Amino acid sequence: MTAVLFYLFAALLLGAALFVVLNRNPIYSVVGLVFAFMNLAAMYFLLEAYFIGVLQVLVYAGAIMVLFLFVVMLLNVQPDRPRPGLIHPDRWWFGLVALIFVGLFMLLIGQGVRALLTSPAEDAAGMGSVANVGEALFTRFLLPFEIASLLLTVALVGTVFLAKKKV
Amino acid sequence: MVVPLYHILAFSGLLFTIGVVGVLFRRNAIIVFMSVEIMLNAVNLAFVAFSRYHGNVNGQVFVFFIMTLAAAEVAVGLAIIISLYRNLRTSDISEIRLMKY
Repeated sequence: MTAVLFYLFAALLLGAALFVVLNRNPIYSVVGLVFAFMNLAAMYFLLEAYFIGVLQVLVYAGAIMVLFLFVVMLLNVQPDRPRPGLIHPDRWWFGLVALIFVGLFMLLIGQGVRALLTSPAEDAAGMGSVANVGEALFTRFLLPFEIASLLLTVALVGTVFLAKKKV
Repeated sequence: MVVPLYHILAFSGLLFTIGVVGVLFRRNAIIVFMSVEIMLNAVNLAFVAFSRYHGNVNGQVFVFFIMTLAAAEVAVGLAIIISLYRNLRTSDISEIRLMKY
């Protein structure tokens, strides 16, 4: 049952990601990405990473995508019109060749990984809970955690500076 | 949970490839940014899968830091896009050629 749900969410996520990349209207793309992130959160829950799943919904689907939506609506971006001559026909060949290479590469890596690991760890019940992740975050990773807060402060100041009227 | 790990990794690679295609082929700077977000999330999925299959919580802490980084990156990047749009009246990356004019 879990596996069926996992593959279902994976298929929905794949479709939503393709929708984001291939759609011409930016607002549809943003909504498609919100849907994709919701599916990814469901996959995190199925992998028993509950804290990360909640963060995915709150931070990604909530905060970041609302920011994207604000900017798309603020800029009044029009849907892309297909422009003849701008994308050379040969470039699609390059993309196809690159995709084939990526597929072969993934196949090779997959062979190696298949030999390494097949089943999840058995003694990992409740590993992704808030308590466990929080404990790792505030003991082993305390310094990176504080540096992350510094990074967010720098980003905040930089954003205010960049978005000012007169630079 | 009977999904083999290499299925999740292959899916993560596929998602990453979709993000790369978006970055390479789209002209709207906002869509390019969203494709970068797709790539980051593909990596996050691989981290969480490895974390679950190894029984080690460190991978999930890394995902936490990647999310922090993504939030900072999006805030600064969208501010740059707004600033560019204010000056050049476009968010088409094929028309943006100058850093300062």
